[in-house]
Amino acid sequence: MFVEERLDGQAQVKGQGIGARLPRKEDDRFMRGRGLYVGDMKMPGLADVAFVRSPLAHARILSVNIPPSLEGRVFTARDLEGVKPIRAVSGLPGFKPSSQPPLAEGKVRFTGEPIAMCVGPTRAEAEDMAALVSTDLEPLPVLADFSTAEQSEELRVHEEWPDNIYLETKVNKGDRFVLDGAAIVVEREIGLSRQCMVPLEGKGTIAWWDTRLDQLVVYTSTQLPHMMRTGLAECLGLEERQVHVVAPDVGGGFGFKCILQPEEVCVAWLALTKKRPFRWVEDRREHLVAAANTREHHYRIKAFADADGRLLGLEADVAVDVGAYSVWPFSACLESAQIASILPGPYEMPFYACRTRSVATNKPPFTPYRGVARTGVCFALELMIDAIAREAGLEPAEVRLRNLVRPEQMPFTNITGKLFDSGDYPESVRQAVDAIDLPAFRERQKDGDGDGRLLGVGFATYCEQAAHGTTVYAAWGIPMVPGFEQATARVTPDGGLELRIGVHSHGQGMETSMAQVAHEILGVEIDKINVVHGDTAVTPYSTGTWGSRSMVMAGGAVSRACEIIAKRAIAIGAHLLQTTPDQVVLEEGEVRSRTGSIRFQQIAEAWYKTPEVLPADVAHEGLEVTAGYKPKVDSGTFSYATHAAIVAVDPEFGSVEILDYVVVEDGGTLVNPLIVDGQIIGGVAQGIGTALYEESPYSEDGQPLASTFVDYIIPGPCEVPDIRILHMETPSPFTAHGIKGIGEGGAIAPPAAIANAINDALRPLRAEVATTPVTPHRLLAAIAAAAEKQLGKP
Amino acid sequence: MKPSQFGYARPANVEEAVRLLQEADGSAKVMAGGQSLGPLLNLRLAQPSLIIDITAIRELTLVREEKDAIVYGACVTHASVEDRRVPDATNGFLPSVAAGIAYRAVRNRGTMGGSLAHADPAADWMTTLTALGAEILVAGSAGERRVALDQFMTAPFSVALEDSEFIIGIRIRRYSQAARFGYFKFCRKRGEFAEAMGAVVIDPELGIRRGIIGATDSRPILVPDMDACLRPSGEGIQAAKAMIAAMKIADDPVRDGMHANAFARALKQVAQ
Repeated sequence: MFVEERLDGQAQVKGQGIGARLPRKEDDRFMRGRGLYVGDMKMPGLADVAFVRSPLAHARILSVNIPPSLEGRVFTARDLEGVKPIRAVSGLPGFKPSSQPPLAEGKVRFTGEPIAMCVGPTRAEAEDMAALVSTDLEPLPVLADFSTAEQSEELRVHEEWPDNIYLETKVNKGDRFVLDGAAIVVEREIGLSRQCMVPLEGKGTIAWWDTRLDQLVVYTSTQLPHMMRTGLAECLGLEERQVHVVAPDVGGGFGFKCILQPEEVCVAWLALTKKRPFRWVEDRREHLVAAANTREHHYRIKAFADADGRLLGLEADVAVDVGAYSVWPFSACLESAQIASILPGPYEMPFYACRTRSVATNKPPFTPYRGVARTGVCFALELMIDAIAREAGLEPAEVRLRNLVRPEQMPFTNITGKLFDSGDYPESVRQAVDAIDLPAFRERQKDGDGDGRLLGVGFATYCEQAAHGTTVYAAWGIPMVPGFEQATARVTPDGGLELRIGVHSHGQGMETSMAQVAHEILGVEIDKINVVHGDTAVTPYSTGTWGSRSMVMAGGAVSRACEIIAKRAIAIGAHLLQTTPDQVVLEEGEVRSRTGSIRFQQIAEAWYKTPEVLPADVAHEGLEVTAGYKPKVDSGTFSYATHAAIVAVDPEFGSVEILDYVVVEDGGTLVNPLIVDGQIIGGVAQGIGTALYEESPYSEDGQPLASTFVDYIIPGPCEVPDIRILHMETPSPFTAHGIKGIGEGGAIAPPAAIANAINDALRPLRAEVATTPVTPHRLLAAIAAAAEKQLGKP
Repeated sequence: MKPSQFGYARPANVEEAVRLLQEADGSAKVMAGGQSLGPLLNLRLAQPSLIIDITAIRELTLVREEKDAIVYGACVTHASVEDRRVPDATNGFLPSVAAGIAYRAVRNRGTMGGSLAHADPAADWMTTLTALGAEILVAGSAGERRVALDQFMTAPFSVALEDSEFIIGIRIRRYSQAARFGYFKFCRKRGEFAEAMGAVVIDPELGIRRGIIGATDSRPILVPDMDACLRPSGEGIQAAKAMIAAMKIADDPVRDGMHANAFARALKQVAQ
């Protein structure tokens, strides 16, 4: 690494290796509108698919009526002979798996569930057909929310179950007696509303049969092409060699594009049986109504602290409304299992007890979204930290400093057995306090905003376990357990480099950052490095891009593969320089001895074009390598951050303006700080959506109430302030180059930081919010409730 | 979602448009900017047999200046008003309203006439032009007629137009130099549909004192006692808030409060 001091004191890495702040190579095509997405693809004879979806949340299907004129162009479950349901299991004791038929069979379990598919020359014509298909449905009582579903004696989402609970878990750590005589006990009900994930590009799938290779080819908008191959093969009864999956350009994933959707299975089945190309492109309404949801956690939580605000313990009872089906491959329990294991966050405490339930309801399935359970956990825990601070009469930042794990404790195993690898968590709080200038803000807060608005500041600190590996996932026993991550490095005859990775890049900038890792080792210019991803035919197996793992895992694998290439290049170079490998070094793309040098390109040419110059024992394995990689300790890296927000609350309209937003984060070694900043900004924007805007409400009979962007509000440019980012860099002791996963972090803390800031602003009114999104209606209702309480009304 | 099949016509004059409307017998839809109709077609909430695109009718894009009024063609875009490419009858009020409509991309194509014909209760023009006492110029098989805007909207997304009729223009009287205008809307997000809005128009020379509450569940509501609202030194604001909250427009205390506060903000803009 070459480091230069910038005027602002921050070090900047020169060159193209690890740490260089390079613009993304892939942006050239994206910014010119030249990306290639499923919806852009054209091919002769391509037919479009539209789905007939259930208008009811829970009903028996008496009949599906297809007009005779549409025969052969409309398909129902009866046609999908031999197709297996989607079944995501978990090895956790007591877990009840669900069977999700690609097209509903017998009954429908949520509004929007696919019942039939219609095939037309265009999407509009397929939709015309769908309008002509009618269904006779016998309505059943609807389990529209988790508490109704939990309490129902008779009614079941899945008839064969004894109740509506996928899984219940219990954690008990420490002795409860430490809570005796706690000076501070705070109890709250805290909730996150159900929401969608709204990637810019919705889901899309195109499938055809390749007669030459005797393969089903599926282009699909996914984060995990290799897993989709497994899932599709299982559902369709094919061998995996018969399935070729390609994820082309994908316009954002965020977890939503990890799951195998029934629509994908349906389109693949059409291609398999009709041997023609078919396509389905999810539209925005389908996404908002029928696609997987996320975030909905309900907490009953009690925190105990001494008079100085030191945490003694935490008791929590948590329900996650995971909807009608267990999603493949993550299952319906990953979210709640994660809640139980991470609720203590980055804090030390002697006692912890938590019960979680994953509850089945008549709503679309639930899948982990950027940050997974951490966004909900951080919201619940950080609101409690502020509640303790108010009780103790302390600055919330001070309570964090008193309870966070300290740098001298690293590596640190917390109360639930999580192994924190490195870092200085209190320092992130101190830097955030400085950046936001807390003392100056407290002065300014006294005078208000001058226009009747109330000012508040909020902090939230979290840790983000990323790139968790085999040990973690094997314990959950879900259909996906990551092992060694692989990468192929292949030198081309003219001295360029191809990197083939099994993960997929859909906004993470990996076509640039992976090249930077290779450049760090081999010195090949990044313009001469191609990163190939997303194609099961040409990339090594991978469980894909999720859990902020790609830079750690695939980056590590690229690093290992390039190290092996380097060794062989050195052997060739030494021979050409008429010396021995121990007498040369590889630097700046050259093998150098004391007397001469050989460029990387010459080495490639020697091996590929003039092999006669090399004896048989020099680099006979060639300049193409597939290497596997796993960190020394595979339980995950721990990135962390403190977010701080200053808000102005208008008590007349319940609106919230974010006046300042600071992120102090530690993601270990940053391969490309510019990309990291982009990831953080994007994540914070989504976190602001969760905090203030995004919600998928359902009526009592399970009808979605936000089916277009008129009702489902996402933040726009005016709602996302300039975000100030400060980096700390504590390398992970366990991973190649000290890299930690950071992709999700931005979306974790904003709901907590913003709600804490709102509650700080509302202190004079003694009102408090505890549910996301903090809509004007919720905020005004909280103010009204506080006013009534003070008047002594019920 | 993709629209169901429809025919498309782009008549060159008003007479032809009226004839097409008459022939379609209620199954045609007139399209100006298409900013509301487009999504309705895609969602299949509107399934007309024929779309009559009126943007080729030149006179509908023009503005006619009369002695005491200005007549804006139905196809004048929000952006034309915002950018002051058309004369203004209101000393800057119309451009300031236009600048706050949705997003610039919508304003580039969206039209005054289209917005009023769509009659979304939360739309800016319905409330503000009602406050201005605008009149709608309508063409149909029986010829042309004028309707006062406050009589035009009958219910959410419904207006007093016969099957063969469409809006050709909007007539707004010229306000005096002494006129004062107030407008406030509360949106959850910049450019979104409003949750609450209030508009106030005062012209001492013309003897006009009018207040309108918009973004209700239906038609804009005329504030009954503007004299009370205009009492000096904050008294009027308090009176307005109390009066509107008591009207229980939304039948939800939180939203009723928003309506009262939105109107009060508009009122503050004209307070002297």
